Amino acid sequence: MPFEIILFVFFALIAAVSSVVMVTRPNPVMSAIFLVINFFALAGLYLLLHAQFISVVQVIVYAGAIMVLFLFVLMLLNSKSEQKLLSGQKKIKVFAIVLAAFVFIQIAYLIFFSSPSRSLSPDVAASIKAGTVEEIGRQLYTGYILPFEAAGFLLLAATIGALVLAKKKFN
Amino acid sequence: MQNHFQEIYNVLPLVLVACGVFLSVVIEIGSVKSEKILPWFSVLVFLGTSLFSVFNLNNCGTAYNNMLSYGGNVFIFYSLFNLAAALTVLSSMEYIKKYGSYFGEYYILLLSSVLGMMLMAGARDLFMVFIGLELMSICFYVLAGINRKKQNANEASLKYFLLGSFATGFVVYGIALIFGTAHTTSLEVIVSNFGSLSHNLLFVTGMLLFLVGFSFKIAAFPFHMWVPDVYQGSATTVSGLMSTGGKAAAFSVLLIALGAVFPGNAANVFRPYFAAIAAFSMLYGSIVAISQNNLKRMLAYSSIAHAGYMAIGLAAGNRESVAGIMFYLVAYTFMNLGAFGIIAMVEGADDTNLELKDYIGLSQRHPLLSALMALFMFSLSGLPPFAGFFGKYYVFISAIKADLTWLAILGVVSSVISVYFYLRVIVYMYFKEPEPEALPVHNNANGVLAVVISAILVVMFGIFPGTLINLITSYLR
Amino acid sequence: MIEQYIPIFLVIGVSVVFSMAVIASSKLFGPQRPDSEKLSTYESGMKPVGGVRERISIKYYLVAMLFIVFDIEVIFVYPWGVEFKKLLGEQGISALVPMIIFLVVLELGYLYVYKKGGLKWD
Repeated sequence: MPFEIILFVFFALIAAVSSVVMVTRPNPVMSAIFLVINFFALAGLYLLLHAQFISVVQVIVYAGAIMVLFLFVLMLLNSKSEQKLLSGQKKIKVFAIVLAAFVFIQIAYLIFFSSPSRSLSPDVAASIKAGTVEEIGRQLYTGYILPFEAAGFLLLAATIGALVLAKKKFN
Repeated sequence: MQNHFQEIYNVLPLVLVACGVFLSVVIEIGSVKSEKILPWFSVLVFLGTSLFSVFNLNNCGTAYNNMLSYGGNVFIFYSLFNLAAALTVLSSMEYIKKYGSYFGEYYILLLSSVLGMMLMAGARDLFMVFIGLELMSICFYVLAGINRKKQNANEASLKYFLLGSFATGFVVYGIALIFGTAHTTSLEVIVSNFGSLSHNLLFVTGMLLFLVGFSFKIAAFPFHMWVPDVYQGSATTVSGLMSTGGKAAAFSVLLIALGAVFPGNAANVFRPYFAAIAAFSMLYGSIVAISQNNLKRMLAYSSIAHAGYMAIGLAAGNRESVAGIMFYLVAYTFMNLGAFGIIAMVEGADDTNLELKDYIGLSQRHPLLSALMALFMFSLSGLPPFAGFFGKYYVFISAIKADLTWLAILGVVSSVISVYFYLRVIVYMYFKEPEPEALPVHNNANGVLAVVISAILVVMFGIFPGTLINLITSYLR
Repeated sequence: MIEQYIPIFLVIGVSVVFSMAVIASSKLFGPQRPDSEKLSTYESGMKPVGGVRERISIKYYLVAMLFIVFDIEVIFVYPWGVEFKKLLGEQGISALVPMIIFLVVLELGYLYVYKKGGLKWD
C-alpha cells in the first residue's frame, strides 16, 4: 500500500507544519488561514482512515462554518490587545508546555504501551463499513433517534439564545 | 404502531416538556399577548409533567434502544426538576418586570433547560448525557445574562459560558477516552464491565476527566471559581434554578454513571477523589461564606458547601448514600429555591437591597417573609425538624457505614461553622434596630405563593422524611 | 478502498497547482516597474484612513451564529438523504417522521428569528 502511505505522509506533514505555523504567527488572521489548511489536511487523514463522513463534516463544519466564527471573533476584538495578550505571558507558556507534554505522553502511551490492537476487533471490513455515510445514516435514524431529536431542540435553544444575547434592539 | 404509542407514553414527561418548548415558541411568535400567556403556560406544563411523573413511578424500563430509562428514581428527578422550574416561574413573574425588560424567551429557555435536565437524568447512553448537558448549559448561559442591560449580568453570562464550555471540553475528552477503551457509549455495558475496565489506565483517566467536568457543574471545590460571580450577577430567580435544578441534574448523571462503583461491583476507585472534593468544598464553602455580606454571594458559597456534603455520599458509594443524596437534593432544591425567591422579592431594581444590612427590621416590614426566610435558613444550616437536617443525616450515616467516619465528622464540623452565617441573617432580621429609610417590600402574590409552597415542602419532608426515603430506596436496584 | 477517492484528490491537486501557476506566471512573465504611487492602496483614489482591523458590529456575528446552526442542521440531513431510500423500503412512510419532527423544530427556530427581526439590518 505505498500509495496510502505516501498520502498519509503528505497530509500528516501539511497538518504538522501548518499547525506549527499557525501558533507562531503574530497576525491572528494568518493563524486562522493556516488553521483552515490544517483542517483540510485532517480531513484528508480522516479519509485515509475510511471515515468519509467525518471527513466531509470536517470540511463543511470546521473549515467552513467554525472558521467564519473565528474570523468574526478576530474582527470583533481589538487588534492591539491581541499582541499584548501574546507577549510576556510566561505562566501561560509554561502551562501550555506542560499541557502539551501531558497530551503527548497520553497519546504515546495509547500507541506504544496500551496495545490498542489487542482490544480492537481484527475485522477491518466492519470498521470500514462503520465509517461510511450510509452506515452512519442507518445508525442515526434507527438506534440513535432520540439523541437526534434532542439535538434538534439543542439547535433551537441555540438559535433563540444567540438572538437573545446578540440582537441589538430587542423588545 | 401500538409499540410506538406505548414507547411515547413511557417517556411522556419528556414529550410534554418538548411540546411545551415548541408551543411556547409558537405562542411567542404568534401572539401579542405572549407576555401574559407564557408564564402560566409554562407553569401548566411544569406542573402537568411533574404530576404525571409522580403518578407513573411504577412504570419502569428503558426506551428507544436503551437510550433512556423511565419510571422509578428517574421520574422522581423529573418531578423534582419540573416542580423547581414551576416555582422559579412563579417567583420570576414579578421579578423580571422589576428590571424593565420582559422577554418571552425567558420562559422558552427555562422550558428548554428543564428538557436538558430531564435528558440527563434519564440518560442510559453517553450521547444522551452529553446532549442533555449541553442543552441545559446553553440555556443557563443565556438565562444568566437575561438582564441584558446590566453589566454584571453580562459578566456573569460570559464567565459562565467560558468556564462552562471548558468544563464541557473535559467531559467530551473523557467520553472519548471512555469510548476508546470500552468500545461503547452505552452506560449499561460500561457499568457491567466496570470491574475489568477499571484496570485500564486510559479508562480511569477518561472517567476522571468526565468527573472533573461534572464537578464543575455541581460547583465543587476546586472547580467552583465561577459560582460566586455567576450567582451574584445573574437574575436572582435564575441563580435559584441554576443552584438547584442544575446541581440536581449533574448529580443525577453522576449517580447513574457511578452505578458502577456501588456494591456488587469492583472497589470504588474514585473514592479518594470524591472524598477530597467533598472535604475541601464543605470547609471552603462554609468558611468563606462567613465573610460575605451580599446574600446572593453568601448563598453561592453555601451552594459550594452543600455540593461538598452531597459529594460525601458519592465517596461512600453505597445504597444508603444514593438514597441520601437524592433526598438531600430534594430538600436542598426547595429550601434554596425558597431562599432565592425571598431574595428576589426583597431585592429592589438595580441590585439594591441585596446586602445583609438591608434585611434589618424585615420582621416588622414583612413578618411572613422574614419568618419563612428564618425557616429556610434553619433548614439550610441543617437544624431539625426541617428537610435539610435529614438530608445531611442520611448522607453522614451512609459515610459512617462505608468506614468514612472522618469525612462525616468533617461534615458535622463544617455544618457547625455554617450555622454562624445562616443564623446571622435571622439575627439581622429580628434583633437589630431598623433604620428609618429602609426600602419597602412590594407585595407579590405569585412570589409569596412560590415561597410558601417551598416552605410547606421543606417542613413536610422534615417531619415525614421516611416516606420519601423509603420510596427512593424501593426503586434502587 | 482509497482508490475511489483519486478523482477528488486529482481535483484538489489540479486546483491548487493551477491557482499557484497563475500567480507564479504573472510574477514571472509580466513586466514589473513598481513605484510608490502604484503600490499605494488605491492608486487613483482616496488616501486610506486607518487600518483595516476595525472592530465590527455584533450584527455580523449574529448572522454567523445563525449560519452555524443551520450548517449543522444540514449535516444531519445529509446521511439521512443518502440512506433514505433503504429506510423507506424497510420502515415504510414512518421513516419520514423523525426527520419531519427535526426539520419542523428547526424551521420554527428560523421562523422565530425571522419574526423577531433577527435577519433585519437595523
